Amino acid sequence: MRADTDTIDDFVASDYKYGFVTNIESESLEPGLGEEAVRFISAKKKEPEWLLEWRLKALRHWEKLECPTWPHVNYPPVNFQDISYYSAPKKKGDGPKSLDEVDPKLLETYEKLGVPLHERARLAGVAVDAVFDSESIGTTFKADLAKAGVIFCSISEAVQEHPELVKKYLGTVVPYTDNFYATLNSAVFSDGSFVYIPKGTRCPMELSTYFRINAANTGQFERTLIIAEESSHVSYLEGCTAPMRDENQLHAAVVELVALDNAEIKYSTVQNWYPGDEEGRGGIYNFVTKRGICKTNAKISWTQVETGSAITWKYPSVILKGDNSIGEFYSVALTNNMQQADTGTKMVHLGKNTRSTIVSKGISAGRGQNSYRGLVQVGKKATNARNFSQCDSLLIGDQCGAHTFPYIEAKNPSANIEHEATTSKIGEDQIFYCNQRGLETQDAVNMIVNGFCKEVFRELPMEFAMEAQKLLDVSLEGSVG
Amino acid sequence: MLQIKNLQAGIEDKPILKGINLTVNAGEVHAIMGPNGSGKSTLASVLAGRDGFDVTGGEALYNDNDLLDLATEERAREGVFLAFQYPVEIPGVNSAYFLRSAVNAIRKHRGEEEFDAMNFLKAVKVKMKELGLGEDFLKRPVNAGFSGGEKKRNEILQMTMLDPRLAILDETDSGLDIDALRIVADGVNRLRSDDNAQVVITHYQRLLDYIVPDFVHVLYDGCIIKSGDKSLALELEEKGYDWLIKEAA
Repeated sequence: MRADTDTIDDFVASDYKYGFVTNIESESLEPGLGEEAVRFISAKKKEPEWLLEWRLKALRHWEKLECPTWPHVNYPPVNFQDISYYSAPKKKGDGPKSLDEVDPKLLETYEKLGVPLHERARLAGVAVDAVFDSESIGTTFKADLAKAGVIFCSISEAVQEHPELVKKYLGTVVPYTDNFYATLNSAVFSDGSFVYIPKGTRCPMELSTYFRINAANTGQFERTLIIAEESSHVSYLEGCTAPMRDENQLHAAVVELVALDNAEIKYSTVQNWYPGDEEGRGGIYNFVTKRGICKTNAKISWTQVETGSAITWKYPSVILKGDNSIGEFYSVALTNNMQQADTGTKMVHLGKNTRSTIVSKGISAGRGQNSYRGLVQVGKKATNARNFSQCDSLLIGDQCGAHTFPYIEAKNPSANIEHEATTSKIGEDQIFYCNQRGLETQDAVNMIVNGFCKEVFRELPMEFAMEAQKLLDVSLEGSVG
Repeated sequence: MLQIKNLQAGIEDKPILKGINLTVNAGEVHAIMGPNGSGKSTLASVLAGRDGFDVTGGEALYNDNDLLDLATEERAREGVFLAFQYPVEIPGVNSAYFLRSAVNAIRKHRGEEEFDAMNFLKAVKVKMKELGLGEDFLKRPVNAGFSGGEKKRNEILQMTMLDPRLAILDETDSGLDIDALRIVADGVNRLRSDDNAQVVITHYQRLLDYIVPDFVHVLYDGCIIKSGDKSLALELEEKGYDWLIKEAA
């Protein structure tokens, strides 16, 4: 509590360690959005006619939409004509066939990010798809996964290699008409991951995609599609970082999950996009649509740790279509300095005996604004639907804010819905108590915050729970003066 | 060990301590008594380093160093322990984790090896048994949902684990029934040695039946108006504070 303000400011400014830029020759599309851009992207990816048509339909629909204003966030309007919709590292000839042929500079970038891709240093037991700006640069452990019948590749590759699967499922969970940013994504999506787990298969390792935005004035519009056939199981994790830049950059992704009968998908996110500086300059606008559909007895579980981005706006949701299906949402969202987050979930109960659990932990520090927004909807035919929601907010300092917007719509009288909410503040008396026991103020804050988030961290795969805890510690550095 | 010279302190513009003089040597137990609002808890807070109090004059030397110049956590690591009158709840943080972090912060400062989870558990379980605390205690969040007696026993548990040189107990007896009082007092007495000292702040002579002080001081309106041995406490029990206040005036 005695540290002087200058050193605290230095702390905050220096704590984003992924802010470097990779100098690599890239091929970018001129800024601007229109049919030409969409055709360029589609041609670049040698897409079939049906996909181009789908993109164009989305573009025409998008042109009729207005940017929504209901989220509890403030930012100047985005000029969509100033953004480049495609940027990729320049390839020699036909592009790399395997990771051995990938530009060493790119491999070095991922190594610096702590995600080594080459064989000798790979993360044990985790297959990684690395997406750099608009392109996937490679996927590890492909051969091992293929043995189990699991398909894990970039979505561009899936369009070429498994068009029947992409055509069958793309847009079935998040249709191109869904919402402003999902529609935009449908028109211009570049790369993302594709996962297919065959019937009765338990994916032998964790799957993970690492998204990196590098180029300036570029948006990243990735699209991820995960299909878990009957009685299969997969655990998937995404991580994200971006360089420190003074301009805001747009990241508008769509993730679709399909869990067929008795299947289970566990989707974890550790989001650490550049949050902007302490005055709110720069940072990523993270406007994302994530949704999954559960068939009979299926289960989808979203876990997210959101520490980055200038603005986060996303509601990973589950449509509980099949009887006895289960949806879960565990979230930690941290806003420090000038960061804003409006995040939560939608649980749509359609089948009988469907269950959902929501645990949301919002932490606000500095001048951060943190909102939980959640919808629990129970349809007419969803007898015995159950939901439990717990939304806790923790405030650090007196200039931040926490807001909760829960929506409940129950059309079946047998529904059982519970909502609990708490707001607490890290008090000076708590800090004094910890100090008096010999603990530094920053350690005391970290201890209290980690205790607050415990229920969510234990949902993360082991390797990443520690990572998430460290990330939170770093993001909170200097949050108490 | 502790020399307080003409210490003056207050909150904002309101003076509370108006010139405290007190010397505490190693091996001694001092009791500080006095009516409500006389400044007892303020003295404890200022010595421990709580924010919000302004020291306006005088000094406090701890082992010949300026105590008031040290940050709160540095005082703790140097062996100053405050048992809180109102122990603070920290929801979500389990007691074992909290206590081990505290013990290790202090062991590290003393150049001792930090406890791993196993060694810590071994050490803490012995102390818990002495204080009549069940094993589930370690899994519960720090003070959250504890009864008044449990909170006070937790303070004593922390004190015995942290092994302080100077322990200040701020009304540790308030809200305790007679059995709990005895357990707490036993915990304090076990800590007594020639190397450390205790300052016991209390309203009631009752506690001093169990923790027998070497010196008793009466604090009134920010000054120590009378000092004596343990018989002074008995006299106060019998006659109250009024005669002393009149005498001082």
